[in-house]
Order: sequence, then C-alpha cells, then structure tokens
Amino acid sequence: MKVEDIAAAGSVTIAPHETIIQPNQAWLRVDWALLWEYRDLLALLIHREFASKYKQTILGPAWFILQPLMTSIVFTIFFGRVAKVPTDGIPPVLFYLCNQLGWNYLQQNISTGGSIFTSNANLFGKVFFPRLVVPISVVLSNLFACVLQLGSFLVIYLGFMLLVPGTKGLHLTPAALLLPLLFFHTGALSLGVCLWMSSLTAKYRDLNQVMQLLVQLWMFASPVIYPLSNFPVKWRWVAELNPMTAILEAFRLCLLGIGTLTPESLIMSIAGTVVILLTGMLIFQRTERTFIDTV
Amino acid sequence: MDKPIIEVQSLSKLYTLGSIGATSLRESAEMLWAKLRRKPRLNGTQLTARFAPEQVGPVPHSFWALRDISFSVQPGEVIGLIGQNGAGKSTLLKILSRITEPTKGRAVLRGRVASLLEVGTGFHPELSGRDNIYLNGAILGMKHAEISRKFDEIVAFAEVEDFIDTPVKRYSSGMHLRLAFAVAAHLEPEILLVDEVLSVGDATFQKKCLGKMGDVARQGRTVLVVSHNMASILSLCQRAVMLKYGTVDRVGPVQEIVHAYLETSKPEEVVALADRHDREGDGSVRYESISIENADGGSTIRTGSRCKVTIRYKSAKPVRYARFLLTIYDLTHVSMFQLDSEATGGLPDTLPAEGTVVCETDGLGITPGRCYVNLELIRGHQLADRITYAAYFDIEVDDFYGTGKLPKREWTMTVMKHRWKSTPADGAPA
Repeated sequence: MKVEDIAAAGSVTIAPHETIIQPNQAWLRVDWALLWEYRDLLALLIHREFASKYKQTILGPAWFILQPLMTSIVFTIFFGRVAKVPTDGIPPVLFYLCNQLGWNYLQQNISTGGSIFTSNANLFGKVFFPRLVVPISVVLSNLFACVLQLGSFLVIYLGFMLLVPGTKGLHLTPAALLLPLLFFHTGALSLGVCLWMSSLTAKYRDLNQVMQLLVQLWMFASPVIYPLSNFPVKWRWVAELNPMTAILEAFRLCLLGIGTLTPESLIMSIAGTVVILLTGMLIFQRTERTFIDTV
Repeated sequence: MDKPIIEVQSLSKLYTLGSIGATSLRESAEMLWAKLRRKPRLNGTQLTARFAPEQVGPVPHSFWALRDISFSVQPGEVIGLIGQNGAGKSTLLKILSRITEPTKGRAVLRGRVASLLEVGTGFHPELSGRDNIYLNGAILGMKHAEISRKFDEIVAFAEVEDFIDTPVKRYSSGMHLRLAFAVAAHLEPEILLVDEVLSVGDATFQKKCLGKMGDVARQGRTVLVVSHNMASILSLCQRAVMLKYGTVDRVGPVQEIVHAYLETSKPEEVVALADRHDREGDGSVRYESISIENADGGSTIRTGSRCKVTIRYKSAKPVRYARFLLTIYDLTHVSMFQLDSEATGGLPDTLPAEGTVVCETDGLGITPGRCYVNLELIRGHQLADRITYAAYFDIEVDDFYGTGKLPKREWTMTVMKHRWKSTPADGAPA
C-alpha cells in the first residue's frame, strides 16, 4: 500500500533490485521470488549431482538400476528364504523391489542431502545464493534415478507376469497413474528430513556419525522388509505414525494391487510430511543466516 | 539527486566466541576444561612476555567485529576498503554479500549485486570446463542465457579453448585460475564486491585482472574492493574507507586515506636491530646494526645528498661470499632502489667473523619523504638473514636544481640533473 502510494505520487522511483540487509526477525520467510530467479542454478546443480556421481565408474548410470536390484536379491535370500518373512503373497523379489522404489529414494536423499551445510561450508562461505536451492537440487536429481528404477521394475514385473505362474493376483491398477504424486510425497518428506538433518549436523557434527544408523533404524521401523499386514490390527496405528508406512503401502497398492492403506493413515502421513517440511524449512532458515560464523 | 547505491547504516556484528567451535558435546567439555586450567596460570606469577597486558584477564565471550559502521557509496564509484588484519573488512564484505547476517543496523544495496570473495568457488573437478563455466556463472548469479552469450568471450579470456571439454581436475593450476577469473570477470552486476582476488596468480595474470577490473570500473559500475595491496587500491579507487578495530576510522579521497593507513600501520619507531626476532634466513650471519648518514657524517639526508651506510654484522666464523642487499621502499611499498654488494663488487671474498662494512653512494636524487629499508644478507646462495622494515630515514628538501623548485613525492620518486635548450627552426643554436 505504502509503496504504491509513494510510487503513484511520483516522488520516488523504486529501483528494480533493492536489497535490504538487516537482522532477520521473521520466523519463516522464504523468498520465493529469489528462489525462482536462481532456477538456472537449480538446473545446473541437478546436472552436477547427476553427472559427477558416476563419472569414472565402469557401469555408469547402470548403477541406478543395479544397486536396488542387488539389494532386493540380498533381501530375498536373507529375509525371504532364510528368515521366511511373509510378503503378502507377493513374490519376494517383486515385493522388495517395489519397496526399494520408495525407500531408496528417501535413503539416497538423506545420504546426499543430510549434511548440506557441512559439506558445502566452503561454497556457502564465499558466495550468496538461496541455500534452499541445494537440498531441492538433491531431491530432484535423485528423482532421475527413481524413474530409471521404476522402468527396470516394470520390466521385471512384466517378466514375472508372463513367465511365472501364481502371480495372477497381481495387477497394475489405474492407481498407478498416481505414482508421480507418491514420488512427490516421498520427495517432500525427504526434503523435510534433509533440512532437519543438515541444520542439526551443522551444529553438532557428531550426528554425521550416527546418521546412517538412524536411517537404518528407520528402515526397520518402516514396512520395507515386511508388509504392514504383519502387524496386529490393534497396533497398526503405531506403525502408521511413521509417514513412510503409508507411502510404502501405497506404492505396493498402486503397482501390485496388494497393500494395507487406509484413508486415515494416508492423511496422517501427509500431515506428518507437511509438519516435517515446514519445521525443516524454519530451522534450515535459522541455520543458514549465521551458519558461516560457526564454521 | 541520486540516491547512494550502497548505504550502510550503523551496521554492527557481534561474534559469540562460545558458539564458535563448540560444535559437539565433547568440544564444549574441552573448552570448559581449558578455561578452568587457564585461570590459575593467568593469576600466577609466571606471566610470559607473550601475554600482552590487555590479553590478561577474563576471556571475552563475545566481541564486536563491527561497531556502528556507516558510509555510503554513489553510483559509479570505485571505493577501497582498507585496514589491518582484524579490522573487520572481511566481515563487512560478508555481510554486504549476504553470506552472514548483521547483529544490528542495516544496509541498502540498490542494484544487482555480485560478490567475488574467491575465484573458482564451486568448481567441480569432475566436470568439464564448459560445464564449470555454466555452474560457476550460475552460482555467481548469472542467467543461463547470459552465460551462453558470453561463453566464447570467457573461453578466449581464459585461453583454454583446446581444453574446454576436459574435466577441470586435469587443468594446471594456472588454467584453473584463469578460467575461474574469466567467469567472474564477465559478471555484469551493478554493484561488484571484491576481496583480495588480485593477490593470486603470477604477475602477468595479476596485471590482466587489474586491467579487467579497471574496465569494469570505467563502465560505470560501482565496485567495492578489499585489498592489502595499496598499489592496486591506489590505481583502482577514487575513494577509500579505512576500518580500525571494527569502526570506520576515516573516509575520503584514496590518496589521503592510503597515506594515513600506511602511516599508522608502520612501526612508529624502528626497533633496534638487536631486538628484532622476526628474522628470516638460517642465521649464520646476522645484521647487528645499521646507520645511515650523509657523506659528511651528518644525520640530515637531502634529495641530492651522498649517503654513507654503515653496517655491523656478526657470525660464528669468517664469512665467505657474503652479499649485502639493502632495498629501499617508499610508503606504498614500491621499491625505489637497491644497494647490492654483489652487483657493485668491491668487498673481499672472505670477511672476518665480525666487523663493519660501509657503503657510500653518489647523490641520491630521491624526492623528499620517508624511506624504509629492508635488509638481506645472502651467503653463497643461502639466505642468512632478512629483516623487513629494519630502518627508515626521511629525505629532506634541498635546492637540488638550484632553482628552489623540487617535485613532490606524490608526483615522482626520483629526480636527476637535466638540461634544456631550444633550437630555432633554421637549425642554428639560439
């Protein structure tokens, strides 16, 4: 209002780029316009993440497919064959491969985006740009690997349907069209976690050491190696407090047609994600303002 | 009635020492332990000379790196920011670049800002030169289209045409540096903040950088430069701000401020050589004392005076092939002349272990002003002793030309006797 009044009065011309630097008292103020201005940087950072990861490796981007495939085989042998964990009647390889889609994405995001501040301290100390660009670029660049993984999953899935009898109960549902939303949900959740972890590791470096362990514990608390249906109905709500539970069950429901998903659990997961993301942005913002003073 | 393009209003920055470094529980505990242990030592009698009086006392938990900094810069001005280490230059630049926040006060920047606190920030070794140009440009705030437009120019400036698709990790350090500066040099912000980038690279490269910086300034952009190199500050800037202990000490025309800075930053009184412990070299031969007087033995040295420099040295055994090298500097640390015993010859190959050498000069021909002397003693090819700012002397005015006229130090450093005559067009002497 004020600005418009002054401009209308014609006494002051407002410079197109005016930066005001002062102590920031706002709790949560994301400069979206500035973030948009740096979209080219975002694209280049995604390119950097992607290109630098597998430079000078023999198999290159094939690792995006091979790594989850090998994990699934290991899980099939140890949890499926040896420990005989039930898989809702789904062939174990498909079960684990499907779970890897969601879980791998989260895990990749946290391992590359869980210490944004400490791993970019040199860059952050020398040049200004909206710091939020970095975690967002991590989450988006890992999405490419997800798409590749999804493709390989679908090929193997098709092979199973054609060649292995007893997989008739499995079917792609129209809900599979909702997969982009699920990836978005997982991305938002992991972005929130990355923001939290990055801010915490900036202050307490020791957390870098336990981060892997925490992620592993989280995996065991999520239906990655077992389906939610293994839980007694009475206690399912405890498992559903974990936002990843609904996500993983939804992945299976969409792709394989079997999953334990209730509207309540989905809503809880979405609410949990929103809370983690918003608080993550808040703490990230507080950290970025003066992080460089404590390096 | 232009508004200032940079307006800094009582900007302050408080650093809390407690939070610096205390990044883990273990470190916090260690800091507490160190504090408990230090106490008795400070109160005890074993105060070593290294503890300056002002450092004794309670360890401060916070300090103001900047206090109430205010100044403004007009569009198109090139302004230098000078001050000793710890004066707050870098902190101020970091705040203006938005890398960290001020504790109090505010600053308004009216224009697109780019800051160059280091060249090559964000270079990724695995990516090619091409990719890095785009990445680095984007980090510095350039748009993709803008970089594409200037791409060829950047590559040509960096002289890396043949290696543009090679990963940067295979570049020599020189190529790396050239590429990094080339990207930064092609930024076209309205306000450019620069920190010490000119102190990297070889002399040719520095010259190229300085030239480019001058171009930027001539294009009417506003530049704020932090540097310890007074020569480059003098050649680039019109105005300067001098910071001292986190406050603005003075603001004004660059000549005036640089001279004020150099006056205050030099030791007021040259310490006796015997008390100088900040020497370099292997110490096999050491300078004991130096005295500079005019040829008649008086202490006043004038523009045209012949000088006599007397040096006492000391060594454990007779000295072979000693080279005494005295370099005389002006205020801005530009070398004016050297007295070099090797260049002139005349000293015997072997000198006694302890003794005096005397150097006599012809008339100096140096304009009035202060001169600083750096001493070096080289034995064979080995540096035996080096003392910077070992002594100074003032050159006084005299009637060098016999006309009562003499140029000032700001205009020139040296004078020499010279003659003029005129010749009419027909060629016969007048």
